[in-house]
Amino acid sequence: MTDCVLFASLFATYAVLHNNTFGGPGAHELFSMPFVLAETLILLTSSFTAGLAILATHQGKRNQVLTWLSLTFLLGVAFLTMEITEFSHLAAEGNSWQRSGFLSAFFTLVGTHGLHIATGLLWMTVLMIQVLRRGLGTATVRRLTLLSLFWHFLDVIWIFIFTIVYLMGAIQV
Amino acid sequence: MIFLGNALGLLTLNALKHDGFTGVMLLATAVMGALGGLLAVAALTYFKRWGWILGRAKWLWREWLTSLDPKKIGVMYIAVAFLMLLRGATDAAMMRAQQVLSVGQSHGVLSADTFQQVFSAHGTIMIFFVAMGLMFGLINLVVPLQIGARDVAFPFMNSASFWLYVAGAVLMNVSLVVGEFAATGWLAYPPLSELRYSPGVGVDYWIWSLQIAGVGSLLSGVNFLVTILKLRRPGMTMMKMPMFVWSVLNAMVLVVFAFPILTATLAMLALDRTLGMHFFTSGFGGNPMMYVNLIWAWGHPEVYILILPAFGVFSEVVATFSSKRLFGYKSMVWALGSITFLSFLVWLHHFFTMGAGANVNAFFGIMTMVIAIPTGVKVFNWLFTMYRGRIRFTTPMLWFLGFVVTFTLGGMAGVLMAVPSVDFQLHNSLFLVAHFHTMIVGGVIFGLFAGITYWFPKIFGFRLNERLGRYAFWCWLTGFLLAFVPLYILGMMGATRRLDHYEPSTGWRGLFIVAGVGVCVIGLGIGFQILQMIVSVWRRKENLDMTGDPWGGRTLEWSTTSPPPVYNFATLDAVTERDAFWASKQKKASGGRKPHYTDIALPKNSAMGIILAGFAFVLGFAVIWHIWWLAVVGLLGVIATIIIRTSTDDSEYTIPAAKVEEAA
Amino acid sequence: MNKLLKLGLVILLGLGVAVLLVKLLHGHDIAVLNPRGLIAFKERSLMITATLLMLIVVIPVFILTFVISWRYRAGNTKAKYAPDWDHHRVLEFTWWAVPTAIIVGLAVITWQSSHELDPYKPLASDKKPITIQVVALQWKWLFIYPEQHIASVNMVEFPEGTPVNFEITSDAPMNSFWIPQLGGQIYAMSGMTTHLHLMADSPGSFDGSSANLSGAGFAGMKFTAKSVPRAEFDVWTKSVERSPHHLDHGAYQALAKPSQNNPPSYYSFVTEGLYDEVVMNYMTPMPGMVTR
Repeated sequence: MTDCVLFASLFATYAVLHNNTFGGPGAHELFSMPFVLAETLILLTSSFTAGLAILATHQGKRNQVLTWLSLTFLLGVAFLTMEITEFSHLAAEGNSWQRSGFLSAFFTLVGTHGLHIATGLLWMTVLMIQVLRRGLGTATVRRLTLLSLFWHFLDVIWIFIFTIVYLMGAIQV
Repeated sequence: MIFLGNALGLLTLNALKHDGFTGVMLLATAVMGALGGLLAVAALTYFKRWGWILGRAKWLWREWLTSLDPKKIGVMYIAVAFLMLLRGATDAAMMRAQQVLSVGQSHGVLSADTFQQVFSAHGTIMIFFVAMGLMFGLINLVVPLQIGARDVAFPFMNSASFWLYVAGAVLMNVSLVVGEFAATGWLAYPPLSELRYSPGVGVDYWIWSLQIAGVGSLLSGVNFLVTILKLRRPGMTMMKMPMFVWSVLNAMVLVVFAFPILTATLAMLALDRTLGMHFFTSGFGGNPMMYVNLIWAWGHPEVYILILPAFGVFSEVVATFSSKRLFGYKSMVWALGSITFLSFLVWLHHFFTMGAGANVNAFFGIMTMVIAIPTGVKVFNWLFTMYRGRIRFTTPMLWFLGFVVTFTLGGMAGVLMAVPSVDFQLHNSLFLVAHFHTMIVGGVIFGLFAGITYWFPKIFGFRLNERLGRYAFWCWLTGFLLAFVPLYILGMMGATRRLDHYEPSTGWRGLFIVAGVGVCVIGLGIGFQILQMIVSVWRRKENLDMTGDPWGGRTLEWSTTSPPPVYNFATLDAVTERDAFWASKQKKASGGRKPHYTDIALPKNSAMGIILAGFAFVLGFAVIWHIWWLAVVGLLGVIATIIIRTSTDDSEYTIPAAKVEEAA
Repeated sequence: MNKLLKLGLVILLGLGVAVLLVKLLHGHDIAVLNPRGLIAFKERSLMITATLLMLIVVIPVFILTFVISWRYRAGNTKAKYAPDWDHHRVLEFTWWAVPTAIIVGLAVITWQSSHELDPYKPLASDKKPITIQVVALQWKWLFIYPEQHIASVNMVEFPEGTPVNFEITSDAPMNSFWIPQLGGQIYAMSGMTTHLHLMADSPGSFDGSSANLSGAGFAGMKFTAKSVPRAEFDVWTKSVERSPHHLDHGAYQALAKPSQNNPPSYYSFVTEGLYDEVVMNYMTPMPGMVTR
């Protein structure tokens, strides 16, 4: 809930600043759609595997849980790597966050999401260790459920980012 | 790379240099401190009391600092808030002294920059570290008891919140000695607060002390929201909750919705300043007015976060001391709800002068006035709670009556400024300053003082000295009127806020002197409060509360002993009435069922909260001074602490039923 | 007896303070309550109306507080005691309804006045309005007269009884442009123009200042607004036109450097479009201007 308001603030800021390029490049000149589409698909798949992990949790199948979680983890890492690649490309071309208000808002919004993904990955690692060491106790199952909720939430946020930042950015001339 | 540039980032010995008056003051404090410390060490060695001190320190650590008991956390909140009140009041006195002295040829004792730091610090401290601290302290003390619970929903998170609040306060006070504080006002409007106009570390101190304390408040908000929703005594439906709990519930809803906005806004300002982004810069496509919108989208609800619990306190105080049921309970609940809802629709009234269109201004102006309706309803309900009651004029009741007078006046000034065309003439003048002080001193502070006096015997087992309490009240009230009525007039004479100098031809000086006298009288009031505390502890035998119900209370907290056992209540009997304890006193005769005791599980003490806040402090300090390796250490520390704590399964201990029975 | 003595003391103290306040104020204008221009006059009337409306509720509150506290004090056992009496439909309805009615009235007034006194709305007059462009600098006010091609610092002069269209921006942190005796304030922000329409009734000299904190020199950011008869204004314009200081890009950059407590100064030959360049410079880099 709280996080929702946080992202809402960032989205609002982006909405206000998305045309403030101060002579610099705008959204449609910067983003590569196929690349972003790939990112999106990866994250959606990871949400799916996270769901499978929870299914396995409720069936008490420890090894399946670990497998699905590892897969989710790898997909998350892949997503994050792609995002960092995109960021470094932009920065290398001289379009870093210091270029304009629009780019500041872009980097912060997408970056905050990325930071959440990283937090999720860390959390996942901790829980995987717990599952390995202690099995599926009540506390662990509760924590896994919370994690998967968090992961799906991030997925939803990304859909918003994808729509508002990338798709609407591409359409705009 | 910047990481290797300088191991201490921007921090050099220059940070310890201060000019003029501040320098002298700091030097004096430092010398006094050093002398005092030396004396203490000498005395302790001489009298061989080191063991005793160590014992005390251990006791402090074990019984208080690492405690997860909300009652103790509450007391610590209030203690820290009171210390911060002393600093905030000192700042106020310095401001008035400057404004009395700095006229015409004379430029007073403070440079413009120091003066601006002083008022920025005053505002920040009073809101974030005094009002918020007192409020969360009182909530910690009272809410679990009033809903008949043994603890809060997340005891560890509660301790972490408190320590984050302390870390923020400490970080802010470090700026006194190491570096400087913001000179940009308590809300640090850009572009003034951007790197271009404020290149020093002052604004960074402001950002990070608020960011750390703000995260603490956010966690507290979530915690008490869940506590109230989930941990109420069986049978206590929403419409049977005490009014204070209702008010806290509404305030916590506001915290949960408003504080993330503050977090995001501060983060964006920090990104601007630290990484060269352009959210709020003038130029480069930044938009400073975006900040002003965001900060008030948090800031206005924040005002209600403070005032709603004060309303709640008065609801309890008036009912108890009139020995009568609260009048119009349902009206009160609806009034609270509508205030909560409306408080998110009025933020623009803080900047009608931005030049938004007439439609926008009129809409926000009218929304603001509408808030006056439920607020007025509450005042009438309190008055009719007293009607046909038996009113005892104890100190909390005096605070209430003082509140009615000041708050009504301040409210009138508020509605006046809600009319945009009138606001154009009063905005940013001392009239505005007088208005919000009337609301926050006369509303929030009076309310919290009433609450502290009212619940003090519950927590400590003895009452506060009434006579000194009355003296303190009268000093506060007269001092308050003397300090702020002149400001209303000054504002209408064209005196704007935050002036470090003015010309004699304005004719303002006399009024500033009166206001200065008022500050001194308030200072006297604070003095009486300190004296009251000392005398009350000294002669506590005279005011012992043996019954657990010193005032003829109505709600559950008075049904247990004073002070309550660590588990608050031995048994959790179901509640059937709104004023549950009052009702049970009325039909005492029917009792006699043998209580059934069970084992009670409580959280163990934990030092993790302090450690977490310590690392957060390190992180904040490091980022302020661009000491990147230290920032990484702080961040990793925070993450590690959280991981370790969340992986701990064995965090509770059990008090066996037999022991509970024995104590009861 | 003791109680009466205390009461007497309190009353005496109150009276003393009141007398002191009156004495302190003697000989000084309360600017907002002593308007000299159309807008300020209307704003004052609005303030008074709103206050009177609110007193309908506030006075009863004060009387009730006093009477109830006195009558139902614990010592007065003759008064009725009804510990369970906790609602009364008619009473509660009254104090929802009466304030609502007042607020509805006030809302109507607010809506109308917000439109009537909108600072962006040009004032109706048979005289041709004069445009003055205002730039808030660190820490002084620059006034540019685009039609007369002259400029002044910390001093603005205009003909009486003539609408003045202020176009306001900032080349500094945000400030607020305020002349209390002529009318309410408006923010001065970089990269945008705000508008304020004022008119002075009669000749006079009024204090103006910045109402929003803008840094170290903020307290000295004062100016004098002078309304004079038309003929006198023309004479003044002519004299400024002869000023040896010209306001071109170079002179502007020098002026824009931070400085405090500047005395009034005057410029002739203001570069065409200087004001617009100052505004635009924050939107996209402008040649000839320094990007800060």
